[in-house]
This record gives sequence, C-alpha cells and structure tokens, in this order.
Amino acid sequence: MSAHDSHPTGLSRWLFTTNHKDIGTLYLWFSFTMFLVGGAMAMIIRAELWQPGLQLVEPHFFNQMTTVHALVMVFGAVMPAFTGLANWQLPLMIGAPDMALPRLNNWSFWLLPFAATLLVLSLFMPGGGPAAGWTLYPPLTVQGGMGMDFTILAVHILGMSSILGSINIIATILNMRAPGMTLMKMPLFVWTWLITAFLLLASIPVLAGAVTMLLTDRHFGTHFFDAAGGGDPVMFQHIFWFFGHPEVYILVLPAFGVFSQIIPTFARKPLFGYTSMVFATATIAFLSFIVWAHHMYTVGMPMAGELFFMYSTMLIAVPTGVKIFNWMATMWRGSMTFETPMLYAIAGVFLFAVGGVTGLMLSITPADFQYHDTYFVVAHFHYTIFAGSVLALMGAAYYWIPKWTGHMYNETLGKTHFWLTMIGFNLTFFPQHFLGLAGMPRRIPDYALQFTEFNQWSSVGAFILGAAQLLWLYILIKTVKGGEKATDKVWEGAEGLEWTVPSPAPYHTFSTPPQVR
Amino acid sequence: MTSDKTQKANNRTLAILATVALLMFGFGYALVPLYDLICDVTGLNGKTGRTDVASAEAQNVDATRRVKVEFTGHTDSGLPWDFRPLVKKMEVTPGKLTLVKYYARNTGAEAITGQAVPSVAPNKAATYFKKVECFCFSEQTLQPGEEKEMPVRFIVDARLAQEVDTITLSYAFFNTDKVSARKYGGKEMAPNHEHDHHAKAHEASSDVPPINNM
Repeated sequence: MSAHDSHPTGLSRWLFTTNHKDIGTLYLWFSFTMFLVGGAMAMIIRAELWQPGLQLVEPHFFNQMTTVHALVMVFGAVMPAFTGLANWQLPLMIGAPDMALPRLNNWSFWLLPFAATLLVLSLFMPGGGPAAGWTLYPPLTVQGGMGMDFTILAVHILGMSSILGSINIIATILNMRAPGMTLMKMPLFVWTWLITAFLLLASIPVLAGAVTMLLTDRHFGTHFFDAAGGGDPVMFQHIFWFFGHPEVYILVLPAFGVFSQIIPTFARKPLFGYTSMVFATATIAFLSFIVWAHHMYTVGMPMAGELFFMYSTMLIAVPTGVKIFNWMATMWRGSMTFETPMLYAIAGVFLFAVGGVTGLMLSITPADFQYHDTYFVVAHFHYTIFAGSVLALMGAAYYWIPKWTGHMYNETLGKTHFWLTMIGFNLTFFPQHFLGLAGMPRRIPDYALQFTEFNQWSSVGAFILGAAQLLWLYILIKTVKGGEKATDKVWEGAEGLEWTVPSPAPYHTFSTPPQVR
Repeated sequence: MTSDKTQKANNRTLAILATVALLMFGFGYALVPLYDLICDVTGLNGKTGRTDVASAEAQNVDATRRVKVEFTGHTDSGLPWDFRPLVKKMEVTPGKLTLVKYYARNTGAEAITGQAVPSVAPNKAATYFKKVECFCFSEQTLQPGEEKEMPVRFIVDARLAQEVDTITLSYAFFNTDKVSARKYGGKEMAPNHEHDHHAKAHEASSDVPPINNM
C-alpha cells in the first residue's frame, strides 16, 4: 500500500472512506450539526421560559423539546464529537497507520445520520415525539404515539454505533501502538478514551436492553414495567441508571483527557502526577457502576440503600479531586500563555469543579429530596456536561485544528468566541441554581411569578450562548478554508507523536511505525 | 501497513469485545429477575409475602401485642368498578389468621376482567404480612352490574419489628384488557393496530396535557 494521498473524490470519498482522518472529520461535522439542532431546541425552551404563562409553544411540544434536546445533545453531539476526536487523534498519538478495524469504522459512523433522522422525524409523527424526558421513564413511555417507537429505534442504532466505535478504539489502542509506546507512556487522552470505551461497552448494551423492554411492553404484550401485569415501572429506573450513570462519565472522561493534553502544552510543563491520573480515571470508571440509585433517592428506598448510594457517590469526589489538583499542580509555576485552547481548558476545569460541588450537594440524600427534579439539577448537569465536556470539545477543536487543516485559526475571533461562551453559559445556568433552590421544577413550560427575573437572565444568557456558537461555525469554516500556515509543532510546548507529522496531517501517517523511546 | 499478526490480534479483540457487549445486553435482562429477587428478600416495593394455611396456623401467637392494619384500595382510570374495603381499619393479633373483605361492583356495560396489585407500607413490614388467600392471586371477572365481596385472609408474623404499630395494605385494581381500558378512559399500554395511532394523535393534539410533573 502506498503512502500517496490518492483517494476517491466527491461524495464517494466520504461514503466509502475507511481513513481515520476522513471518518474523524465526518464525526466532527455530524456532531456539530447536531449541536446546532439541539441548541435550536434549547432556544425554543428558553424563549418559552422568558416569562411565566404559556406563550410560544404548547406544553406538549415544550416537553418534546426538553426531551429531544437532551437526547440530541447526549447521543448526537457530545458522544460522536469525542468519537470524532478519537478517530483523528488516537492513531496519530500512538503512532498507528489507521484505526484497527477501518471498515467497521465506516459503518459506525454511517449508522449515525440514519439514527439522527429517525430521532428528529419522531417530532413530526402523529402525537409528536417523545415527551417524557430523556430518561424515558415508563409508564409515560409505554403510552404515546409512534414517535416513541422512532425514538427507541434511534437509541438502538445510536447505541450500536457507539458499541462498534468503542470496540474499534479498544482494538486500536491495545494492538496498534508503535514499538516502544507502552501503556504507561500513552498520552492521557488515549488512556481516558480506553477507559471510556470499556464503560461504553459495559453500559450501552444495558440501555439497549431497557429500551427493548419498553418496545416489547408497547407492542408485544410483555409486562416488564406494567404493574397490572406484575411488572414494575421503578425497575426501569434502576436499569436505566445502571446505564445512565456510567454514561455521564462516558461524556466527561475524554474531556478530562483533553484537559490533560492542553494544560501541559500551555503551562510548558509535563503533566503532574501522570500515574495517579490514570488510576483516578480507572477509579471513577469503577465507581460509576455502583452509584446509579442516587438519581432516584425519592422513589422509596430503605435507609441502608440510601446510605450506600450516598457514600459511594461522595467517594467519587476523591479521584475527581485528584485530577483537579493534578491540573492545578501542572499549571503551578509553569510558563503559562493563554491561547484560546488554554482558556477553554482552564475554564473547563474551573466550571466543572463548580458542577462537581453541586454534585456533592445532590449526593446528600436528605438534601436531594429538596433538589430532586428542580432547576438545581438542571444547573448542576449543565455545569458538568457543558463546562466539562463541551468546553473541552471547543478547546480540543482549537488545539488540534491547525494539525487537521494546516491553518491557524484567528486568535482574536477564538478569544471572542471564548468570552461570549463564558458570559452566555454562566448567565444561563448560574441563576438556575437559585431557581432550583427556590423550588422551580424542571420540564415545566410555566412557572410562578417570583421566578421571572432569574428566568429572564437565563434566557438572555442562552441567546448569547447560542449566537456565540454561530461565530464558532464561522471560525471553523474560515480556518478550514485558509489562514496563517501552521508549523508542524504548532504550539511551542506541544509534546507527542501527533506534532511530529506535517501540518496538515497527510492522508496517511505512520505507514512505517515510529520508534518511541 | 497493518501486518497479518496485528490483523489477527484485531479480529480476536473484535470477537472478545463483541461477546462482552452481547453478555452485557443479557445482563440488562438478568437485572429483571434480580430486581424481583431483591424485592422479595427485602420487602421493597411493599410486595407482600404468601403462605399456606398449615404453616400459618402453626405460627406463634403473640397475644400481648396489637397491630393496627389499615385497608385501602383504588381502581386505575381504565377500570369502571366501584372498589373499596368493607373494613377501613382493624386491630389484629400477630400470629392469628384474620379475614377481611373488599367490595367490588362492575359499573361498566360489559364483562370486565381486572387484576389487583397489592402493596404494603411500611416496606419493612411487607415480608411479615403474609396472605393465605387473596383476590389478587388471580384475575377477577365481573359481569355488567355484578357485585362481589372479595376475601383476603392474612396473618401478621409475630416476628414483625416491635416499632411497627401500623401496617397499611393497599390495592390498585387494573383492567387487564388494553382495549377495554382505553374505552373506559385509561390510556392503553400497547397500541395494537395501525389506526390506533391516529386516534391517539387526535387525543394528543386536541387536549392540552395536564401539568403535574411534581
């Protein structure tokens, strides 16, 4: 096989490609599209919540928006975006010529557009799309029209894609490393993805089982969740959150990997506590499987259960704290500069820590009875998923885009995007903590008068946040099309194999494996 | 390019990991019996115990103690029955068999079959509340206008924790037939025909759904 850059052009290049860089690009653009789709739904939600009363949309449609916004963002935007990063970066970082299973890779990606189409189409079915929240709790989800069936099948296909993608990632990391690239020499992004892939492999099939049970309850006469037939709706919550809690770490562990790449580069110091970072990641992954019931303290559990899940949840703060302190120690007395990726990484770590602290509050069972299903929870998980995962993704895009395109992005525009995102994000979600503590329930299109002012802050913030992402789209397109030529190393403090290949990275890299010392 | 050896290793990894994914899918289903088992052992969800007459009569009677038992019951919206306990509460002696009756009448225009689902509060009393006979052990069919007294024969185990002085037994009665349940106002659990979706669509678009999330 030659190392020339020859490949089919036009549509067939993208349809039939088995090249990890092409597939990475497809994943990243797909997820960006879904990010905008899910974002548009968030704008509808915030517009309706601009003032109390019902003005813009019907309550049933509002419920569909909150549900589909979450499903699109989790399964359509964040997960595929990290898989896209993995596709682009893992082979470059471990010195492999491509992913281990290239044809499977093509299929993993091309399942996604079909799943996303099914999910969005559900909104146009008679009776509308799913409106029971992204957690799909029965009995609401065994009722409802065929939009729900579309959603279930979409979740099946999205899950299939994730499972295939994670098998590919594990095979690549275990079998394709360059000579001398031992496990404990791997960059941390590779480590976090290896662990994330195992989480995906262990949890997504359980979700597939849960939604299959929903489907057979709906159409084939089973009674898994039907009390009249001897089933139990609460059981769904247990099965769902057995998947659902590992899922939140699936969303955030690769983000930790990104922080661990960016911060040493711009602090010009090696990552502090590499080994402890690896073990902290593995510990978080293990703990994620034994804390699921903290999402359902209010269903009526015995004291022993509540205590077990409370303490095990609090325990997660330990490895997470190890990571945050390691990042701080990496920056300590480093020669720091604040290019856009570094801004995103620092903000990501700081704001994720805010989400971590509210998470600790939520883990306390008696306190959770007050916070449960309020805007406090909404604020909490946006501080973790947006500030943890999405800010990491933005930082990663600015960090690696010179390698992908061969062009530097415009630093002024990048920083503008950063600050607009910061202002928009905090203005949107910080007041929601107060709303939640004051008792405003989530997933309701109307609210009591006294919540108006904070909701208006939140809506203004959301519109700024939304508009800022259009600027991001412009920056990305501009960088793809042209810009200052990037050097091979791109960043002064950059370390790792991906910075040894030319910018833009040629179509085939590491056809002869590099020797890692 | 990828060597044959790496290719073999990749295929092996693929096979192993695909098996893991399949096993985890199975594990999702294994959680169902596991959940029932845990509920049975711990009494979570208020699932009541069951016993037979012989072993119930062989139980120790704790004549020094009285436990208050409250009875309640309701029907799901798809079941047009009058349903209520004939006795609202009583004091029982732990270890002694007790008989109570519920009353049910079919107010619908056709024969309807229902299934009652019991629940006991508090949870820690559930495994000590044992039934010898109950209308919830099987489905109940009532002809139009038919009324029926339905017995529950139970025993409260004398080993019930001392701090429990009140037990509440509750029944939810469901219509077992989905079509009939929908007819009488309950939402169906499983749409059986294609045109059902349209019927539902109208329902969903014309009615403003109630806002009762909390």
